[in-house]
Amino acid sequence: MKQGRYKIIELFINSLRDLAPIVAVIAFFQFVVLRQPIPNVLNLLSGLLFVVIGLTLFVRGLEMSLFPLGEAMAYAFARKGSLLWLLLFAFALGFGTTIAEPALIAVADKAAEIAAQGGGLENTSVAQHNYAIGLRITVALSVGFAIVIGVLRILRGWPIQYVIIGGYIGVVIMTWFAPPDIIGIAYDSGGVTTSTITVPLVTALGVGLASSIRGRNPMVDGFGLIAFASLTPMIFVMAYGMLR
Amino acid sequence: MMDHLAHFWHVLLATGLDVLPIVLIIVVFQVGVLRRPLPHLRRQLIGFSYVLLGLTFFLVGLDEALFPLGEIMAQQLTAPSVIGANTANSWTAYLWVYVFAATIGFATTVAEPALIAVSIKAHEVSGGAINVWGLRMAVAIGVAIGIALGVFRIVSGIPLQYFIISGYILVVIQTAYAPRSIIALAYDSGGVTTSTVTVPLVTALGLGLASNVPGRSPMLDGFGLIAFASLIPIITVMGYAQLGQWRAHRKARQSDKLTGE
Repeated sequence: MKQGRYKIIELFINSLRDLAPIVAVIAFFQFVVLRQPIPNVLNLLSGLLFVVIGLTLFVRGLEMSLFPLGEAMAYAFARKGSLLWLLLFAFALGFGTTIAEPALIAVADKAAEIAAQGGGLENTSVAQHNYAIGLRITVALSVGFAIVIGVLRILRGWPIQYVIIGGYIGVVIMTWFAPPDIIGIAYDSGGVTTSTITVPLVTALGVGLASSIRGRNPMVDGFGLIAFASLTPMIFVMAYGMLR
Repeated sequence: MMDHLAHFWHVLLATGLDVLPIVLIIVVFQVGVLRRPLPHLRRQLIGFSYVLLGLTFFLVGLDEALFPLGEIMAQQLTAPSVIGANTANSWTAYLWVYVFAATIGFATTVAEPALIAVSIKAHEVSGGAINVWGLRMAVAIGVAIGIALGVFRIVSGIPLQYFIISGYILVVIQTAYAPRSIIALAYDSGGVTTSTVTVPLVTALGLGLASNVPGRSPMLDGFGLIAFASLIPIITVMGYAQLGQWRAHRKARQSDKLTGE
């Protein structure tokens, strides 16, 4: 227990250090460039304290829960030896964590607005809502698909670069045909799909799978699931833009 | 402080709802398919509540303190009175915007929880060969370059895909030469850089710029900064590994020279 307390203090100091650059940047621009006082200093300080506490708790919880959880499930699936269930789990994890992702909801609503302005969509709130929901389902499907491909890659030992380069070629070809107003959103959607809880869970799953299968190296084969999950949404969103 | 507390419950509820699908999927597969109890269930539950509480504190703090200030700064820096002083699109007019883009990209990435998670895991899996701090710096420098390039694209109006496709070509070339063990991690680092902290601030910067630079539309040109922030770190992380390899190589050659002849 005593060790746990030291650990928390160490993590707290790390969090303070992690936050220092943001404070420095904001202070520099506020005082030197914009030459304005910081409004509501007390509020800012208590907010910063919240951020530091939050980061500390998160990292502690990560090591206690998300990492061991992802690895334990990977070992259990490897022992069970059923490919179908593992792939179903991979798909469900990708789809389920993406469909409710707040950043994605924001981007989908924005995209619907653009489509309505561009004239490709009726300018009613119902049409926009349907478009946004469709886009979210598209992205969630693409992330589910990405985790499935990524897990298959780990099991089969395919070199990651071939799959990624294949994906890049897919993006380039789709860019050629997609309507220009969807491209910016499609490219951004790759970055917003992977949330703070999904990343550690999926990473631990990949590393756990690669270490439980003979002949796989966790460093070479275990990483890469996140990479697929940020690549496939670009292709799927451009396809969605073309089909609509 | 009272504002924070009122906000706290709201965010805790929202975070809980976001996490619900993940919890459901894990429980269904654990109980229905794997049919074995989780090891250290109590520790897992405590850890999971730390994660939930931690994220909530984190988001409340960002919402109440950092985001409003960061967004106001992004708006002020991109205001016509600052950037439009000389309407000629010379890059010096935007100097502070570039500096802000690069430094805020760097700073938010250092505080990004998902990146901290992946760096800890990479350090552990590589048996300590990958340095947590070194990896995070390489990614943060990548995001800094990425956001600054993205700002340049909005200012200049060059189509996004030219930059991204050139980036892809560079990634493919580097992949051929980079050490094999870094490749998957480098690809991953592109996806983890942009989440909780970076996206809202960077979006505010992009939309502010696109609405104020003459000839740009916020709808069409405001997007794309995230795409840069997910691409350039792949290049810098591979570069970081290549630099390490090159230095080790040179050192080995030098010691060969000393002892060899």
